[in-house]
Amino acid sequence: MTIEFKESAKKELDRMLSRYPSRQAALLPALFLAQREFGWISDEVISYLSQLMELPKARIYGVATFYTMFNKKPVGKYFIQVCRNIACAMMGGDGLLDYLSQKLGIKEGETTPDNKFTLVKVECLGACGEAPMMQINDQYYGNLTKVKVDQILAGLK
Amino acid sequence: MTEPGKVRLSIDGKEIETSAKATVLDAAKQAGIHIPTLCADDQLAPYAGCRLCIVEIEKMRGLPPSCATNVAEGMVVRTNTPELHRVRKMLMEMLLSDHPYDCLACAKNLHCELQKMAEEFGIRERKLRHLTRESVLDESNAFYSRDMTKCVLCAKCVRACKEINGVTAIDLSGRGFNSIVQPFGDGPISESVCESCGECVERCPTAALSIKKQVWPDKEVSTICPYCGTGCGILLGIKDGKIVGVRGDKNNPVSRGQLCVKGRFGAFEFIGHPARLKKPLLKKNGEFVEASWPEALDYMAEKLKPYIGADRFAALSSAKCTNEENYLMQKFARAVMKTNNIDHCARLCHASTVAGLADSFGSGAMTNSIDEFRDAELILVTGSNTTENHPIIGYRIREALRKGAKLIVFDPRETWLANQAWLWCRQKPGTDVAWINGLIRIILKEGLENKKFISERTEGFEDLKKTVDKYTPEYVSKISGVPEEQLFQAARAYATAGKSSILYSMGITQHSHGTDNVQSLANLAMVCGQIGRAATGVNPLRGQNNVQGACDLGALPDVFPGYQKVADEALRKKFEDAWGVPLSSHPGLTIVEMLNAAADGKIKALYIMGENPLLSDPDLHHVEQGLKALDFLVVQDIFLTETAQLADLVLPSACFAEKEGTFTNTERRVQLLNKALDPPGEAKPDWEIICELADRLGYPMSYPDPAEIMEEARKLTPQYHGISHSRLKGGCDLCWPCPNQDHPGARILHQDRFTRGKGKFTAIEHLGPAELPDKQYPFTLITGRILYHFHTGTMTRKSAGLNQIVPGPYAELNPVDAKKMKVKNGDQLRVASRRGEIKVAARVTEVVNIGELFIPFHFYEGAANVLTNPALDPVAKIPEFKVCAVKVEKAAGEK
Repeated sequence: MTIEFKESAKKELDRMLSRYPSRQAALLPALFLAQREFGWISDEVISYLSQLMELPKARIYGVATFYTMFNKKPVGKYFIQVCRNIACAMMGGDGLLDYLSQKLGIKEGETTPDNKFTLVKVECLGACGEAPMMQINDQYYGNLTKVKVDQILAGLK
Repeated sequence: MTEPGKVRLSIDGKEIETSAKATVLDAAKQAGIHIPTLCADDQLAPYAGCRLCIVEIEKMRGLPPSCATNVAEGMVVRTNTPELHRVRKMLMEMLLSDHPYDCLACAKNLHCELQKMAEEFGIRERKLRHLTRESVLDESNAFYSRDMTKCVLCAKCVRACKEINGVTAIDLSGRGFNSIVQPFGDGPISESVCESCGECVERCPTAALSIKKQVWPDKEVSTICPYCGTGCGILLGIKDGKIVGVRGDKNNPVSRGQLCVKGRFGAFEFIGHPARLKKPLLKKNGEFVEASWPEALDYMAEKLKPYIGADRFAALSSAKCTNEENYLMQKFARAVMKTNNIDHCARLCHASTVAGLADSFGSGAMTNSIDEFRDAELILVTGSNTTENHPIIGYRIREALRKGAKLIVFDPRETWLANQAWLWCRQKPGTDVAWINGLIRIILKEGLENKKFISERTEGFEDLKKTVDKYTPEYVSKISGVPEEQLFQAARAYATAGKSSILYSMGITQHSHGTDNVQSLANLAMVCGQIGRAATGVNPLRGQNNVQGACDLGALPDVFPGYQKVADEALRKKFEDAWGVPLSSHPGLTIVEMLNAAADGKIKALYIMGENPLLSDPDLHHVEQGLKALDFLVVQDIFLTETAQLADLVLPSACFAEKEGTFTNTERRVQLLNKALDPPGEAKPDWEIICELADRLGYPMSYPDPAEIMEEARKLTPQYHGISHSRLKGGCDLCWPCPNQDHPGARILHQDRFTRGKGKFTAIEHLGPAELPDKQYPFTLITGRILYHFHTGTMTRKSAGLNQIVPGPYAELNPVDAKKMKVKNGDQLRVASRRGEIKVAARVTEVVNIGELFIPFHFYEGAANVLTNPALDPVAKIPEFKVCAVKVEKAAGEK
């Protein structure tokens, strides 16, 4: 096995396992932890989790592919998720996606060749009050305009 | 009034009384009311996925699925209303909207449940817009195809894989319209952990999973699987006089329709194989020529006549043959040839169980029944790779684990069960007495023993106590390599669980101190009083379909049928009276002794029925010497085995599908075979051959059928007194001991008293294997069986599919050793012991420990038994298959 959790992540997983009635029940938080640690859920990550949690690989694979929030492909350093639901769309969300796409030179679902940015559209992120909005890694950005997007991207090293 | 545990409800106006635990669907089925469903299955938990089984229930909202709705007192259910019909039809139309319309070319045409359902709803055209699922046809499995475009997402396959087999090779992945059943990583199923048991294929309502080269049979005959000792019921499918497939028999009480890969896919190809023996073969000038039966048997009788009464004749009976045939074979040896030189392959697998448990308890068999494993609170498995070698018993253990049972495994190899265990202790091979004594010592020191049981039910405890005293955790840990902490954990858990069951197999028995190992386990169970109750006991899993029966019916050199000693005058008199001839009082030779005696010129004639010692016995070069030194060797078999090729005369026999009789499985259950077709060519059932031969040697044997043979045998065999073909045909489900015709048989032995009276403790010291690794031979070799083949491969290696999965011999080698030797997966290894050398492919895996090697013994081209040590257990005369010293090197320049 070439991948392994850092000690801190191992401890976090142990805490999770102790909080749930069964290993299966701890699978979703464990997958989130793995995504945070490794960036995306590769087959290798699933094999690793399967060993750690003593759950069948097919079961973890089934769960990971059911939820769209788990990345089944590698993503860039900055993972940009643009909301496409109705509130954001009415406030210019579609235009925002086109703008980002043009600016980064990639289509939706793609990653820049330098592996810095990945651009995807997602369902409602629950921040309609600040539509149009996007999420980059764990951070929300609302009330977006082209100028604001330029500033945000310029700030990402 | 309704009975306790029962409820009354009305379905479609019909009043029904049923179990309070039943679902509405169960209740309807019981009342003969049809409710459509695609996802319900008797053996799987309710799923409510297809929604076709919806019903209307008064005072309940919506349309609840009957498969997942429990019955309740006074419930009023309607199953067939216009509204239900409308909704079900809509559901069906949605299922059909993305289903390919290629019924005529489909493997399941006319056998498809979706097709039947469409017919039931009168659907003749597709109403909804046609959508196409994208999926690649997966033909990678040897036995079945996966075409997910035809999947209706009932998840029966996923659930069977999880709930019955337990490996969970597949699951639903993706979501919405893109949901699909997949193995991990969406690779070919052959690269997943799938064990090809086929429980999924059996249940698939459509051709999403279908058997390759499916031929639908005209009729099916229920009989018993010919492989391991579990005794699963199989239905042989017959079309145009040929066997075209196998299904599990749901009415069989052992397997309930479940099967493993060998039973489902590997139990029929050999039956109609062109290489089956069809005529007697006589060796003339080193070549086999066909002979007629009279010619062959006259010749055989003439050759055997000089050896009558001289103890220079020996016979090997067969754990593959029926009880009736084993009875006749031992009778032939004893009454016709006047010798007790009769043995069979139980010598090589569980002789130490038969001797050890008989001495400790009075009866050398499983103390409890297979189904009881499901109710155990703790299962201690040692020296058994159950999920590979007794897969259906493996399913029962998996059921127990799902119910929360604790599993402790003592095994040098990381088997599937070791991997799933609550506690896996990796002892060094051949150190079993040490760890068992160590556990007993801990139990005694901590006061966890069952004092009442020990004082009331056993004898010899003080000696045991004295002997185990030196087996301190430190000492045991040093011998066995098991950490002290694990010994404490195992001892405490086993002793304190309400119902602890020990399950073992050849990892315990096949040692030069196998009897010691077995009796140590018996000691452990008795110290804790974990015996004589449901779901406890000491349970040896027998290897062959009828090895239990072959022992029971006396194919052993020291006992008559029913373990009645030949040396006991009164018992011998009973048999002399019954058979009308004087009988020998000296116990005969065991298998390895026979072959040694043959090599020394003391045994001159050997009659082998359905055994292949040239692959199954230890130190094959020596076996070959022995067989070649004989004056006369007769082999009676279904194929020209490695052993048969050396014979002077080969007699073609009928296989399990071509005859009647009974097999006794590992839990002492006697089950009836049913004849499915005639033997090929002139082949005959073994019992007929023995009778005709006995006639020619001046001892007429005349039986109209195997039922009559059993009539004679059961009267002489106390355990079988009440077991007759007529009772079995009448549906009686009988485990021995069954002392009379009204007795229901016994699932649990030693309940109020041990068969021998008091349970006997045996004080045993750890001795260790006869041959240990040294500088010259630094590796420890372990041999055994694997899931995909059986014994010497005579039957399984006729199956193209099984050969596709495991084509040839290999040796498991730890990655650390592999790295040192610069060996990669698939490289050829030269493995040598003091007795011989073989070449096998390397399989680099952590399943084996560093310094250890595992080689399955199924393969003639890399026969593990060339290497094994014929050192014998002094009591049981079982050879030490499980431990010998070998050296390993990469075979240079070869791939």
